[in-house]
Amino acid sequence: MLAELQNSIGNDVLMGLAQAVGAIALCAAVVALCGWQSVHVEREAAVSMVRGLVQMVLVGAVLALLLSGSLPIGSLILLMMTIAAAFTAARRLKGMSGALPLCFWSIGGGAGTIIAVMLVTRSLQPDISILVPVGSMIIANAMNACAQAIERFRAEILAHVGQIEAGLSLGAEPSITVATYLQSGVYASLLPRLDMMKSLGLVWIPGVMAGMVVSGANPVYAAIYQFIVVAMILAASGITGLVAVVLMRAQVFSAAAQLTLRPTETQRTG
Amino acid sequence: MPTEIGSPDAAAALETRHLSRRAGERVLVSDVSMQVSAGEILAIVGPSGAGKSSFLRLLNRLDEPTSGTVLLNSRDFRSIAPRELRRRIGMSMQTAYLFPGTVAANIAFGPRQRGEILSCAQVDSLLERVGLPGFAARDVSNLSGGEAQRVALARTLANEPEVLLLDEPTSALDETSVRGIEDLILTIVRERQMTCVIVTHNRAQAIRLADKTMVMEAGRSVTIGPTSEVLRVG
Ligand SMILES: Nc1ncnc2c1ncn2[C@@H]1O[C@H](COP(=O)(O)OP(=O)(O)O)[C@@H](O)[C@H]1O
Ligand SMILES: [Mg+2]
Repeated sequence: MLAELQNSIGNDVLMGLAQAVGAIALCAAVVALCGWQSVHVEREAAVSMVRGLVQMVLVGAVLALLLSGSLPIGSLILLMMTIAAAFTAARRLKGMSGALPLCFWSIGGGAGTIIAVMLVTRSLQPDISILVPVGSMIIANAMNACAQAIERFRAEILAHVGQIEAGLSLGAEPSITVATYLQSGVYASLLPRLDMMKSLGLVWIPGVMAGMVVSGANPVYAAIYQFIVVAMILAASGITGLVAVVLMRAQVFSAAAQLTLRPTETQRTG
Repeated sequence: MPTEIGSPDAAAALETRHLSRRAGERVLVSDVSMQVSAGEILAIVGPSGAGKSSFLRLLNRLDEPTSGTVLLNSRDFRSIAPRELRRRIGMSMQTAYLFPGTVAANIAFGPRQRGEILSCAQVDSLLERVGLPGFAARDVSNLSGGEAQRVALARTLANEPEVLLLDEPTSALDETSVRGIEDLILTIVRERQMTCVIVTHNRAQAIRLADKTMVMEAGRSVTIGPTSEVLRVG
């Protein structure tokens, strides 16, 4: 591992640092130009540029270390990302009890299943330099799908408390009374990913493909691979959305089939 | 043993014992005990915000009591599966809350939950009884408030409940339709030996319909007894 780190601190790094100095000089000139017009951003610009450079050097160093890593390390990183994603999604659902485990299981279930399938079918290399960026794209999309599904499902329930309770009072199974709202939730989580699929190549050439072409892969293969990644993002989001609304459905009804999610109650806690 | 109030030979079809519900700090229903026999109509009257709707919701177990209980034919309602309980204790809410679609689909909803399909003739006859003949194919979005309220009543009756809970069932109706629905309630309760609890803000309606009346204030049952005594019909 050390040998690789030393390798990567070769001419490339020196060259990169020289280029960074050039970039900083250009930015400094722009800042000076701003100062001439009494727009003073010197301090902020300096601080943010130093922070940015240090952060990126650290990320590069970590990646350089990890390039020699293996599947367990990659999986561990993805697990941490899933936990972070669960926290982020749960924060968007504040006021809902049990949001964190719900988000964790749905994001982990959706992204984990798809990443595992990709590894088994060898459409994803167990190599950290590919596993982590592709995996993180899938997790990030699953995170959004989770929050979108639950936000929509909750909003639909709160907007239809009367109909849901009318159904319950007529002896319906709780799952029947919220079936159409559950579908809206899943649909809301899939829609952005479906749009992404439609715009693929037309208004959007995603990073994985650009990276592969830059690093010398066959452009046609890179394009097909990118399609596969987006398709897997769609699949992961679908699983995540489904798991999220099904878990949430179990939470909004009591054991005696009473709807426990009410506008007043969420307002009070939220 | 189950009969503490009323005549000992008439076992109550529906009974509450010290029924209470709090929501946070707020007391919605407080220590309400009452009995209604089969074939009897109980009216609940009281100012708005007195907890009448909250009390009905407890009987249908849409909300859980914080203390006390409900007995259906002397059986604790917690020992009956909620879905079966709600089929047997039918409720028509203060607002109709129909499901999007046709009137017929709304009326067939309850039986369909148990795998029973209502025939067109059965749907038509229910609609006729609530004064809406020929409404089966109508879309619910085109109904007036009064029509929706009557469809909701027919939807509840389609389940053939033993107990009928009605929350201000005629509040959206004009005077002639009110009399029609009152006649229907009296007829159905008599012919099916049903037990009926009706919330009304109309004293005259309570006098026309109810054998017994309970007055609620601030979540409590202030008075309960024969309507003629409670409302002092002159
Ligand atoms: N879930 C709830 N949480 C807090 N307050 C409630 C809730 N449901 C009803 N209330 C309040 O309880 C009181 C009784 O309401 P309700 O039973 O609808 O009265 P009524 O039907 O007699 O007009 C009202 O003041 C109402 O605002
Ligand atoms: Mg009310």
